[in-house]
Amino acid sequence: MPLLALFVSGLLFGAGLTVSGMVNPMKVLNFLDFAGAWDPSLLFVMAGGLAVTFVGYRLLGGRSRPLFAPAFDEPVSVTVDRRLIGGAAIFGLGWGLTGFCPGPAIASLVFGRPETFAFVVAMAAGALLARAFLSRSAALP
Amino acid sequence: MNVVATSFEPWAALLGGGLIGLSATLLMASHGKVAGLSSIFGGLLRTRQDAEFRWRALFILGLLAGALATARAGGFDPASLSFSGGWAIAAAGGLLVGAGTALGSGCTSGHGICGLARLSRRSLVATLTFMGVATATVFVTRHLIGG
Repeated sequence: MPLLALFVSGLLFGAGLTVSGMVNPMKVLNFLDFAGAWDPSLLFVMAGGLAVTFVGYRLLGGRSRPLFAPAFDEPVSVTVDRRLIGGAAIFGLGWGLTGFCPGPAIASLVFGRPETFAFVVAMAAGALLARAFLSRSAALP
Repeated sequence: MNVVATSFEPWAALLGGGLIGLSATLLMASHGKVAGLSSIFGGLLRTRQDAEFRWRALFILGLLAGALATARAGGFDPASLSFSGGWAIAAAGGLLVGAGTALGSGCTSGHGICGLARLSRRSLVATLTFMGVATATVFVTRHLIGG
C-alpha cells in the first residue's frame, strides 16, 4: 500500500500535466505571452491544482501524522532571502526561454523528443552545479 | 524563437489541475511529502539509493506512466509538441531551471501549488518572481528580438 500510494500520486500528477497540455512547452510559452496569442490554460491548471490542494491539505489538518510515515515533512524555512529570489529569477529565465519547468519536462520524456532529453540532462547538471556552489559558500567563514 | 498557436481548453486545464491537486493531497496524506517536482528530481541525483531515493523514484515512475497512459487514452496528442528552439536552447534553459530551482528551493509545483496552498510567504514571493521573470523573458524573445 505505501508504495502504491507513491506510484499513484505520480500517476495522477503525470495524467494532470498531460491532459491539460502542460507537457507541451509551446502551450506554456503562449500562456506567458500576454502580448501575443494568449492561451490562459496554465492559469486554469494552477487555479484547479491550488484549489484542490488547499482543501486537501486542510482536510489533513487534524491528523498528527501521515498514513505511512512518522511525520509530515513540510518546509520549515520562513525567511525570504536573496537566494530564494535569485533562484526563482534564474528559474523564471530558463522557464521563459523554453516553456519547460521540471514536472512537465520529466513527464514529456515519454514522448521521446531530443529537445526534452537535452533539457532534462541539463537540468540535472544545473541542480548539481547549484548544489556544489551552495556547499562551497556554506563552507566559507 | 519558434511560435506555434495552441488552443485554450478550459475544462481539460481544470481537470488537469484537479488531478495535480489530488496527487499533492495523496502524497501529503500518505507520506507527508510536498509534491515539488524540482525537489523530487533533485533528490534522485545522489549516490546513495536509500529510502529517500526510492520514494522519489516511485513517484517519477508513476509520473512517466501517467503521461504515457493519458496520451495512449487519447487525452493528449504527442504530435502537437513544439519547442521554442533546438536542443541548444533547450539545454541552456534546462541548466537555468535546474540551478534556479535548486537555489530557490522549488518550482511551479512546489512553490506555485503546494507552497501557496500552505499560505507560505516564501512561496508567494518565489511564484511572483519566476512568473514575472518568465513573462518578461517571453516578451523579450518574442516581441523585442524575435518579433
